[in-house]
Amino acid sequence: MTTGTPHASRTGGVTVQAQQLDKRYGPREVLRRLQLTVAPGEFVAIVGRSGCGKSTLLRLVAGLEHASAGRLDIDGEPARGLRTGTRIMFQEARLLPWKRVLDNVMLGLPAQARPRAREVLAQVGLAEREHEWPARLSGGQRQRVALARALVHQPSLLLLDEPLGALDALTRIEMHRLIEGLWQRHGFTALLVTHDVQEAVALADRVILIEEGRIALDVPVDLPRPRSQGDAAFAALEKRILDRVLRQSARAA
Amino acid sequence: MTVQAETFAAPAADGATEATSGAALLRDAAIGAGRRLLPWLLPLALLIGWQAASSLGWLSSRVLPAPADVLRAASQLALSGELWTHVKVSAGRALLGLAIGGGLGLALGLLTGSVRACETLLDTTVQMVRNIPALALIPLVILWFGIDESAKVFLISVSVFFPIYLNTFHGIRNVDPQLIEMGRTYGLSRWGLYREVVLPGALSSILVGLRFSLGLMWVILIVAETISARSGIGYLTMNAREFLQTDVVLVGILLYALLGKLADLFARALERGWLRWHPGYQK
Repeated sequence: MTTGTPHASRTGGVTVQAQQLDKRYGPREVLRRLQLTVAPGEFVAIVGRSGCGKSTLLRLVAGLEHASAGRLDIDGEPARGLRTGTRIMFQEARLLPWKRVLDNVMLGLPAQARPRAREVLAQVGLAEREHEWPARLSGGQRQRVALARALVHQPSLLLLDEPLGALDALTRIEMHRLIEGLWQRHGFTALLVTHDVQEAVALADRVILIEEGRIALDVPVDLPRPRSQGDAAFAALEKRILDRVLRQSARAA
Repeated sequence: MTVQAETFAAPAADGATEATSGAALLRDAAIGAGRRLLPWLLPLALLIGWQAASSLGWLSSRVLPAPADVLRAASQLALSGELWTHVKVSAGRALLGLAIGGGLGLALGLLTGSVRACETLLDTTVQMVRNIPALALIPLVILWFGIDESAKVFLISVSVFFPIYLNTFHGIRNVDPQLIEMGRTYGLSRWGLYREVVLPGALSSILVGLRFSLGLMWVILIVAETISARSGIGYLTMNAREFLQTDVVLVGILLYALLGKLADLFARALERGWLRWHPGYQK
């Protein structure tokens, strides 16, 4: 797991560029003239308190919602609805309970994709569970299947909407390793929304804090991968970001 | 408390089984068999009591014939082929009614469940008509269709329509919107979304509707056949009543029960097959 090594199956990432992005629900302004540029293949984590607009931003990039004003470009083209190269991992695994694991991974794909689906399932470590019903899997395993389902499409942009929020601490650390490894291997651009600053620092090249619909902090994470949470530099950075989040919270309260 | 009691009791039990393991095994087997037979004890006792009461003359055969007589009547009817003709006619009516009413209910439920405009247009009307009991229609149905086959099939169709319609509608409406959103983001077409997400998601509810309908189907059939019929199980029993053949009447009643049970087993088999993924239907 060395950083940035080109790999045969790398699909490459896309740029994401938001300019003066506004999103309103009625009178409520969720995003205000937001500016953001994500480089191809970059892993960006978006943190913030609940209701700060971080999930809305992700849904805009996903094409599930439309901006009220401003510009959003993906791969140099204006974002218009759902894009084939973009895949999302939701907070819940959202597996179809009536399809076996492998068929869930193959959702929307022709039968010829079966070998590739098996391969990706093996990459998330669930090759031997391919005939299982999702109801029989643990929460972590379900999210791994959801990850495989996203990766089998060889996305150029992977959006992660707090996908590990419901998992226990140990499973979460395992999933960090897995996501980091697959990101390095496939080379897609990744946008991770999380409320967990530690998770953001563990995974991202850059951590962005959104407050009141705007970017309040943009910190590069220059720590070698794989990162260890016991590391002093890691802890210092995590504390710095967390303090900044809490300062705002204190002011708001 | 219970946990504690168990942990204390365990070593003692272990010692006992070691000493007399063969006897204990035999005893366990006996207990297992006993537990399986126990639920059948009461029905069996009732049957024996009934037979005894008839044989001893306490129970007039006009009121209730002996089980042996019922069995004899059934075997005679089966051997003469009469039984099968009537069962076939009755089952044919029931299934035809189910196919027509259930098919329409399913189609309309899918339509109103999936298309908002159709719901606005149709659902209020269907909900109003639903409140009319099917059996209240009998005088009207006799005026329309006479006392013909079509009258019976019509009554069955009307009564099975509503459970299937309602459950299909609700099944489709209650499909997890998060799964639909997921399907959309994974590039499923409209039809793909319907086939992979909406229909399987509504299936358990549709099958509940089917089970309700199957129950109703037999009730309505019995009423319809009792009113007037020239064949079928209802005809068999009404005819037998005229000649005071209580044993044949009882055969008819048991046949209805048997067909009802068969229909229920069929519906359960469908559930076990189609809802294999559902933790609630796994053995």
